[in-house]
Amino acid sequence: MKSASRYLPLVLLALAWEAVSRLGLVSELALPPLSHVIRAAIDLVKSGELLKNGAASLYRGMAGLALAVVIGGVLGILMAWWRPLRAIVNPAVEMFYPMPKSALIPVTALWLGFGDASKILLIFLGCMLPVTLGAYNGARGCERVLIWSARSMGASRWRVLWDVVVPCALPEMLNGIRTALALSFVLLVSAELIVAQSGFGYLIGFLGEGGTYDAMFAVVLTVAFLGFVADRIYQWIMQRVLRWQE
Amino acid sequence: MRAAVKLSLLCVTGESVIAQIVIDRVSHHYRPRHGRDVLALDQVSLDIAEREFIALLGPSGCGKSTLLYLLGGFLPTQSGNISVDSKPVKGPGPDRGIVFQHFALFPWKTVRQNVAYGLEKQGMPKDERDRRAKEYIALVGLQGFEDSYPSQLSGGMKQRAAIARTLAIDPSILLMDEPFGALDAQTRSLMQSELLALWRRSPKTVLFVTHDVQEAVYLAERVVVMSARPGRVKAIVDTRLDHTDPALFKSRVFIDKVDEIWNLVRDEALKAQTETSG
Repeated sequence: MKSASRYLPLVLLALAWEAVSRLGLVSELALPPLSHVIRAAIDLVKSGELLKNGAASLYRGMAGLALAVVIGGVLGILMAWWRPLRAIVNPAVEMFYPMPKSALIPVTALWLGFGDASKILLIFLGCMLPVTLGAYNGARGCERVLIWSARSMGASRWRVLWDVVVPCALPEMLNGIRTALALSFVLLVSAELIVAQSGFGYLIGFLGEGGTYDAMFAVVLTVAFLGFVADRIYQWIMQRVLRWQE
Repeated sequence: MRAAVKLSLLCVTGESVIAQIVIDRVSHHYRPRHGRDVLALDQVSLDIAEREFIALLGPSGCGKSTLLYLLGGFLPTQSGNISVDSKPVKGPGPDRGIVFQHFALFPWKTVRQNVAYGLEKQGMPKDERDRRAKEYIALVGLQGFEDSYPSQLSGGMKQRAAIARTLAIDPSILLMDEPFGALDAQTRSLMQSELLALWRRSPKTVLFVTHDVQEAVYLAERVVVMSARPGRVKAIVDTRLDHTDPALFKSRVFIDKVDEIWNLVRDEALKAQTETSG
């Protein structure tokens, strides 16, 4: 109950939205009343459009993110473990990190076309670095006495990597993944707006061009809501995984 | 009986056959990324008999921890020789257990999982592992905290868990790197007498690094006093006292030993101080 009341300001915002639109303070074209948007959302669900496009987006997002987590995490930990790899990869990481990843949208489309593969590659490339840097910093922060302890109890060097370095890296890596999760929504919708034949972004663009703004707003709200839910679920999982922390 | 064996060891000159640990003219440099090489240890030689309790005493920066890490096999030997049971030290091994000042427990494992970790690495089956972990947790008085994470324990309890973890794999040599240095005074003195009781019950070779003179005299049979950087063996003082005497701390012989060693250490501490402030 207490946690639900935290979201009271959102209810007020929704009421204000409905009011300004109904009272004509803002043109209905620029901001359709919330009630119209909700009705449009129900229609979109009934017609199956929202689910069909949602499934396409979800698949791309999950696949890209999964690749980013696995490959980015492994790369980050190995960079911390093995100096030559760090020397080779670090300049590329530094170069690539500040670059706006949306600039890669046309590039991935050129390489892999308008379908799923180009979005998955884009999300993978865009989301990998936060995971890599999180894993790298976490692994580098691993105290040497922990590694020494494991070694003195009979763990091999490779065993130590899995038994000690990976759990050491976990908290920072999980924070990196949270950043990546938010980034994946941004990249996915941007890419689908520009080059796609399905997905949330495609639907937003299609409805906007067709002038059905209440439906367009319905999809925008859906994406915002999904992003929020995904982050809450992720935070819940993170707390479970890191329950050993104080 | 044991005292007689040790006495004969002390009289033996040159190559000793009884010594379990032989440290022979060991020097060690640190190479900081920036700045000049630092000589941490300079031609240190030391023979240690099996089941002997040795304290390595000296000001901070005298290389006493470095010597311990070399013996543990965590740092490569740069010059000189270190052998344990007549075999040169090449990397860490379960024959040499270590306890660190800041516990070095795996924070993501419970007390039970921490204690069982080394047993698992030794290939012990699960049932036996659990039984043995339980036994050692009880030995250090942590019953009821088996499923706690280190973050939920006090400093003293963490160090108990770390000691249980190290003892569980039954190393013949126990390396202790200022193990009670991070504890409050009451806990420290409690842990000191518990360690002595443990050692008396199942004697192991112990190398105990400390900068606390009283602690060294109270615990050890021999105190190795090291000089300020570069670390050298300045003196070795015999400190076999009656540790079962509850009034040992107030006894003349204890106070005299502390005085004797304190006089040896004072110059070195002053030297170390001017070096770091200069």
